[in-house]
Amino acid sequence: MNIDWNFIVTSLPLYEKAAYLTLKLAFVGIIISLVIGILCSIILYFKVKVMHSIVQAYIELSRNTPLLVQIFFLYFGLPKLGIKMSESTCAIIGLAFLGGSYMAEAFRSGLEAVSKLQIESGISIGLSKNQLIRYVIIPQAFSISMPSLSANCIFLLKETSILGAISIVDVTNLTKDLIGMYYRTFESLTMLVAVYLIMILPLSFILSWLERKVRYAEFGN
Amino acid sequence: MQNSGIDVIFQGKNFQRLFEGLFITAEIAFISIIIGSVLGIIIGLSRTTESKAVLFINRVYLEAFRIIPTLVWLFIFYFGVTTALNISLSGEIVSIIVFSLWGGAEMGDIVRGALQSLPKHQIESGKALGLNYFKLYRYVLIPQAIRRMIPGTINLATRMIKTTSLVVLIGVIDVVKIGQQIIESSRFELPTASFWVYGFIFFLYFIICYPLSKISKSLETKWNN
Amino acid sequence: MDKNNNPVLLQIQDVHKEFDNKKILNGINLSLHTGEVLVVLGPSGCGKSTLLRCLNGLEKIQGGDIKFKDTSFNAKNTNWQEIHEKIGMVFQNYELFPHMTVIENILLGPLKVQKRNKAEALTQAEQLLEKVGLLDRKDSYPRQLSGGQKQRIAIVRALCMNPEIILFDEVTASLDPEMVREVLDVILGLAKNGMTMVIVTHEMGFARSVADRIIFMDGGKICEESEPNEFFTNPKTERAKHFLNIFQY
Repeated sequence: MNIDWNFIVTSLPLYEKAAYLTLKLAFVGIIISLVIGILCSIILYFKVKVMHSIVQAYIELSRNTPLLVQIFFLYFGLPKLGIKMSESTCAIIGLAFLGGSYMAEAFRSGLEAVSKLQIESGISIGLSKNQLIRYVIIPQAFSISMPSLSANCIFLLKETSILGAISIVDVTNLTKDLIGMYYRTFESLTMLVAVYLIMILPLSFILSWLERKVRYAEFGN
Repeated sequence: MQNSGIDVIFQGKNFQRLFEGLFITAEIAFISIIIGSVLGIIIGLSRTTESKAVLFINRVYLEAFRIIPTLVWLFIFYFGVTTALNISLSGEIVSIIVFSLWGGAEMGDIVRGALQSLPKHQIESGKALGLNYFKLYRYVLIPQAIRRMIPGTINLATRMIKTTSLVVLIGVIDVVKIGQQIIESSRFELPTASFWVYGFIFFLYFIICYPLSKISKSLETKWNN
Repeated sequence: MDKNNNPVLLQIQDVHKEFDNKKILNGINLSLHTGEVLVVLGPSGCGKSTLLRCLNGLEKIQGGDIKFKDTSFNAKNTNWQEIHEKIGMVFQNYELFPHMTVIENILLGPLKVQKRNKAEALTQAEQLLEKVGLLDRKDSYPRQLSGGQKQRIAIVRALCMNPEIILFDEVTASLDPEMVREVLDVILGLAKNGMTMVIVTHEMGFARSVADRIIFMDGGKICEESEPNEFFTNPKTERAKHFLNIFQY
């Protein structure tokens, strides 16, 4: 088989640009999801009146529908109501909307897994409710939910692959276009897979390292 | 002339066509789940072997589907494999192949997890009661393993159904594609069609996936007690 | 020394507690004086741990009253933070915070709740750690310590809040036998220094040497209340006799 190295070399800058865009969108989406997720999980854990039901509805709606449809709705549907947003904004909102509920579920499991005895121990030294949340519950919830949270981060990075449907030039969309233009199917797909490996494997290692650092809660009190 | 956007869904044959599209989606998901389950059970059982080669291949297979996004796999088969083997495959066939392989990888992991989580002392006490290998599996282990697998399987099925929305991107006429066609054809009469149509499709996915996830949750809580 | 002449720190009046429609405490009356060590004994399910947990508000009572000095637990505006500062508790499973070092565990209360000066609190913490022989472990994490070490740290953590009463809930029940002694020695030391304590335990020999009064409970009531020597050699009630026989072979 003939490998067109020239094609590979000339496409590299395009892949680099697309990869940066992918990572940027994923990164912003992940950060916002984490914020949304932590807030929502706290609302669920403390059963805050009214907000509790709204958050539950949000989670069920976002988890039971595909990201593609959510994004089409944001990008093609909302403008008809006068809400027009750029592709990048739609992408970030879409990722954050879906990611937020995944992070919320993960963090909520962590919150619920903090043992009641730990909370009593904190009460016994006089900690107020806010202090309990800040010093006892949240740090341990983080440690317990880290594996789920990092799995969600990788999931969100992978979901960026569909953003080509709203004309965002991420690496998958770029590959599809290149194949359409130059027919170098093998080289293009290989580069695509390589780029995903380059983006995901280091992220995965960093997250595993974080998980280990934070895993004290599993070894008992 | 419509006076309400939502009418576009019920106009003419639109509703019927949307459901036909949904049927294609369901068909792809259903067939893939079946094939994937069979494949997964084989793989899951094979992971209990001692052969390092088998375990390694299984591991690479699972990780390949965990790292590479599903859409990329669809492209790999739709553009890559077809070019390499010089054949032509429809979007539907490619979808079923990719989803079955994906299902196989994930089910394999679910099966392995279920088998590994069975308490070892059950096996020992079964042997002490004189049950031979096959009886042990049939009466003691398999019923319990199946129980442990069901929540994960339902969760996988739900994810698959959602992911089938991607097949529109390799040309399959699924519910999303039909929605787009309806929007296109209603362009002049009802410019706001896209809001209603995509909203409706959102709703359709929700009423399929939400009951599934509720069933899974209630089974999980029922069996954990 | 007749500790009964000292002022009453904790007054427990006709306390009733229910759980899931089951009566756990059925009219408990008790006075705790300054400097006294009460040991609560009884068979499983008699309500001794529940009683202890009512004494610092972890469990709410449904009848009767508990008064710490002049403050009633039933009052609408009871200052629970103050109660928790003054009445400390040590748990069976130590319950140290796993994500903090030993010294951080000990200083959390003094610094964040009592808002004390850091240098002063640190000095006291280190002194207490030295007393239990664990000063060199102050920067370790709980997971790096043995059960006996963790329990001694838990006691130091409670002490550093300068409580007036400390409650001990079966604190050696989770420990391997070799480590039980090191923890009991610490508690004996506290008793000698005049700390007011209520101890729930199964360690009979320890109970006999540390207690000023033995409270024997059964079925949610106090069956017998006497001096330790008297209780162990000459129990008055049938139930107490039966209970003590369990420990004879």
